[in-house]
Amino acid sequence: MKQYRLHMLVCAGTACESQESKDIIKNLEAELKEKGYEKEVQVVKTGCFGFCEKGPIIKVHPDHVFYVEVKPKDVKEIVEEHVIKGRVVERLLYEEPALEKKITEQEKMSFYKKQLRLALRNCGFINPEDIKEYIAEDGYLALGRAIKEMTPEEVIETIKESGLRGRGGGGFPTGYKWELTYRNKNDLKFIICNADEGDPGAFMDRSILEGDPHSVLEAMAIAGYAIGAEKGYIYIRAEYPLAIHRLNIAIEQAREYGLLGENIFDSDFNFDIELKYGAGAFVCGEETALLNSVEGGRGEPNAKPPFPAESGLWDKPTCVNNVETFANIPQILLKGPKWFNSIGTENSKGTKVFALAGKVNNVGLVEVPMGISLREIIYDIGGGIRDNKKFKAVQTGGPSGGCIPEKYLDTHIDYQTLQEVGSMMGSGGMIVMDEDDCMVNISKFYIEFTEDESCGKCTPCRIGNKRLSEILTRITYGKGTEEDLENLKDLGEMVKDGSLCGLGQSSPNPILSTLRFFEDEYKEHVLNKNCPSGVCNMGKKKKPAAKKKQ
Amino acid sequence: MAENLKEQEKNDLEKPLPKEKYEELEDYIDSLPSLEGRLIQILHKAQQIFGYLPRDVQLFVARRLGISGAKVNGVITFYSYFTQKPRGEHTISICTGTACFVKGVGKIIEALEHELDTSIGSTTEDMKFTLKDVRCVGACGLAPLIVVDDKVYGRVKPEEVEQILAEYR
Repeated sequence: MKQYRLHMLVCAGTACESQESKDIIKNLEAELKEKGYEKEVQVVKTGCFGFCEKGPIIKVHPDHVFYVEVKPKDVKEIVEEHVIKGRVVERLLYEEPALEKKITEQEKMSFYKKQLRLALRNCGFINPEDIKEYIAEDGYLALGRAIKEMTPEEVIETIKESGLRGRGGGGFPTGYKWELTYRNKNDLKFIICNADEGDPGAFMDRSILEGDPHSVLEAMAIAGYAIGAEKGYIYIRAEYPLAIHRLNIAIEQAREYGLLGENIFDSDFNFDIELKYGAGAFVCGEETALLNSVEGGRGEPNAKPPFPAESGLWDKPTCVNNVETFANIPQILLKGPKWFNSIGTENSKGTKVFALAGKVNNVGLVEVPMGISLREIIYDIGGGIRDNKKFKAVQTGGPSGGCIPEKYLDTHIDYQTLQEVGSMMGSGGMIVMDEDDCMVNISKFYIEFTEDESCGKCTPCRIGNKRLSEILTRITYGKGTEEDLENLKDLGEMVKDGSLCGLGQSSPNPILSTLRFFEDEYKEHVLNKNCPSGVCNMGKKKKPAAKKKQ
Repeated sequence: MAENLKEQEKNDLEKPLPKEKYEELEDYIDSLPSLEGRLIQILHKAQQIFGYLPRDVQLFVARRLGISGAKVNGVITFYSYFTQKPRGEHTISICTGTACFVKGVGKIIEALEHELDTSIGSTTEDMKFTLKDVRCVGACGLAPLIVVDDKVYGRVKPEEVEQILAEYR
């Protein structure tokens, strides 16, 4: 194997790639070749580092140097100074705003200090398009151990003992889900990976698939071994071309290496994976809707029970897990359930990846241990509110979640505590809002989203959400009444209680939580026909203009 | 709806769809190991070949799979990715995810609509640009952002819209 003096890890996630990281890689390779260093320095195209705010990023290994906001034209200087003369290019280092000091090492940056990267362990470290790099990081070792040394029951027991819960939003214990599917005897069973990441403002799953696709493939094969399935599907959004591209490469390579296909690790276990593309429907993240879509039909949900574990894809027992859930599986088998169990809180073990966005200084992908406080995420990792504005709320759980006000910033997050403050874990979107954001307008934004995405199968969701949206529109146009506020609450509760699937059962949450914590703002709109943040047009102008001021 | 259909029939009549494209689709369908559960996959391919899914193509797929045209149409209208109208030469996708929303994508939409004299979900008269909104692209670090064909423009300001469009005009 070739030995390199330096490795230059260049981020090639969606956000960095759209900022010319491809040209950076091209220029680096050309420049190194021209100067005769191509045998000493390896350029590695990696997945997302998470610090999207400061992309594109180059990390130089083993020098521990972390360059931010690199432009293709900076490459010449990096090669000239860093590679040839061994001097760090100060100009491209990250400056910690609080300290007004340049920082060289990633580990010392406040954005990374409080993070614990388990699901993202390989993102920004290995080349996702090369299976050898994954294998070098103990990849497929867990699958080998499961098949060679463990019975399916032991694998399920290990996952149960770890306390891992579903990361897609529901939070159902993963081990139990596997056990239920295992117990339903059938010749044909299926494993499905739910990669239909539909929450606006969430990009955790995409980053894992782009940065470490093999971890998901390996975990699906482990799940297949545990429950007795030979076929897996990844249901992925058609809007994620880069993730699809890398998954296709990964599946092809895994087949070549005999890690997918027949007689894996010389056993009698067979497993293969196929991609299924979504076509733009938020409701397809709901598992029964997803199954209908995988079968090629309209993605409308079914009533549960029967649960997919009994009767799922083509009426066969099916286990549906989320991308991030899968990404945790291999290391639980390798390091043991006790190790995983020791991280997190009483009822929520391990870590959670959040897509931190909105009015926060450091937008990006962060992975934190369960039990960390919202304040730590927003202020320590996120670097506080942009432009020194005042914090107003943080929204978690996307269109199914709620807005959490300042008084709960010290909440130690886990599945339960977030529900107690009227929100939910959800899949991991975390949008920070400041004093310029109008909470009535925000809940209107979310309800318009669900109104649009409701599949129309059940009445409470189809009509209820439409009425909620109409009431909110009235309020933002200065035509709301006090009665409207009562109606919002009543109707919201009704939609929650009466809807068929998770979409309708949670769609009023943004309204109900903002009504609970920001009732004054609603009242100001209704009684004084005034939008305190100056966002809603309150019927003053002709045009239904500006949803938000710049 | 009836009006839409009429308009579409007119479109179909004006531009008979090339035989080679049907053959390409036929070859693709023949290459599949089985047809069970493949409708969405086949429609993705058909839209890639034809650019959109007019009535004739829908009926072609229905006959080929031995299912009703209504079922095919039902699937196409359910998913926002499929379109029954021809697209412009360039597609401008505007991210309307939450991060872009709070960072002021509303102003960008206004600027684009104004500049192109069309509305979201429509195509300009000269068939040059189609304007559509998409759910989160997942590059929230670049909010607000728009995607023209495959190129992403991040942290867009309303006054930059004209300049971006000029690259494609």
